[in-house]
Amino acid sequence: MERKVKAKIIDEVGLKRTTTRLAHEILEQNRGADNLVIVGIRTRGIYLAQRIIDEITNIEGKNIPLGILDITMYRDDFRERLRQPVVQQTEIPFDIYDKNVVLVDDVLYTGRTTRAALEALMSFGRPARIQLAVLVDRGHRELPIKPDYVGKNIPTSIGEEVQVKMREVDDEDCVLLVESPSGTNDEINL
Amino acid sequence: MVFKRKHLLGLEGVSAEEIKLILDTAASFKEVLDRPIPKVPTLRGKTVVNLFYEASTRTRISFELAEKRLSADTINFSASNSSVSKGESLRDTAQNIEAMKVDMVVIRHAAAGAPHFLTHWIKGSVINAGDGCHEHPTQALLDMMTLRETHDDLKGLHVAIVGDILHSRVARSNIFGLTTMGAEVALCAPAPLIPIESEQWKIKTFFNVDQAIAWADILIVLRIQLERQTANFFPSLREYHNYFGITRERLEKAGKKITIMHPGPINRGIELDSDLADDPDFSVILNQVTNGVAVRMAILYLLSGEVEK
Repeated sequence: MERKVKAKIIDEVGLKRTTTRLAHEILEQNRGADNLVIVGIRTRGIYLAQRIIDEITNIEGKNIPLGILDITMYRDDFRERLRQPVVQQTEIPFDIYDKNVVLVDDVLYTGRTTRAALEALMSFGRPARIQLAVLVDRGHRELPIKPDYVGKNIPTSIGEEVQVKMREVDDEDCVLLVESPSGTNDEINL
Repeated sequence: MVFKRKHLLGLEGVSAEEIKLILDTAASFKEVLDRPIPKVPTLRGKTVVNLFYEASTRTRISFELAEKRLSADTINFSASNSSVSKGESLRDTAQNIEAMKVDMVVIRHAAAGAPHFLTHWIKGSVINAGDGCHEHPTQALLDMMTLRETHDDLKGLHVAIVGDILHSRVARSNIFGLTTMGAEVALCAPAPLIPIESEQWKIKTFFNVDQAIAWADILIVLRIQLERQTANFFPSLREYHNYFGITRERLEKAGKKITIMHPGPINRGIELDSDLADDPDFSVILNQVTNGVAVRMAILYLLSGEVEK
């Protein structure tokens, strides 16, 4: 659905710079790419995670494994929903035991997606630590969750939504601030 | 695609889109089974009763495991050690279960239509785990899931169902499901074991097993239901094996790749040679069992969402 765009917050060049910075921060914080794995949350978290991995490969010359997490089975709201989300595949083709895991998502909002993702990750083993990287933090947390790496903090009102577009699935690379249709959130906002 | 059904009573009338959604969902749930901790909280707080009025190992364990993998609370009920042995009717049992606030009921019963009957007395969802000689939808779904893994697309596949079709709920569910998905289904059995209504299904029937093998890509071999052979449908088990048993010799004569499925339990050496059942070049029987858990998780998940609010 097309919604009224209030502002373009990050453009294509900006998105590239932000991804590069996130990659540098992750490497700095973890003292390199050893023992590091990156897990993207469906859908756009995967593409963002892949881009961060590509940046890390550019910087350090090392290849980092990518995992894909679908959190549908861990949602706390599907019973109340008219439309049930389709369960998609989770692919974590490596052992996360004792690894430094960076969880990647496009937008951090209530924190419920992150909570679900943390619970899902735990059933794959016991990582050394889990960090959270997001492209946009739009505030309004409902759980005590704080990101380790943030592309951009964007204070929003409840009547607004942050739309991340990525070339892998959309027609362009950008982040938009849009109006929610008549104040209702028909987007699944976890 | 939204799954709108409240119950899963059979595959007759279930659309190709719905079956595809179930199979796709099952493929996602299958990954859970390979995790170090193979459990997700999806059905936390839901209560499922497994109501088994007939003997079952695979289906009952498979449902119970699926429920536990999804974190549902499960209660098992079997007719032999319950008030049924004191003469309680299905309706009374159902109303008592309803009074205990149960979300879903999985039922196996010797009478065709028992799951449909239950829907009148229970507010929750009812899943048919086999009713008499009528349907066994989750078995057909796990068969289709297994075939999708080995053959990618169900469309155009030649599937021959060989054996006691007359008494087989598995055959009926597979005929409905597979033809809906675009596969071609044929039956092969001694004439007395072909049900009269098969004329309405408009599918091929073979009375010679070699012809069926020559035609088929896949054989679904059915168990000769010794406990249901009240009339003499064929002279003896040895004669059945000689004329309709699936043997290595018969398959090698066909000289092509054939996949063998069997819903279990197998009468080894009667409808299917023992070494064929264990030969991974032909048999996908144990894959069927693994997929059974995934398919049942998918069904439980899809039926658990509220239809209206």
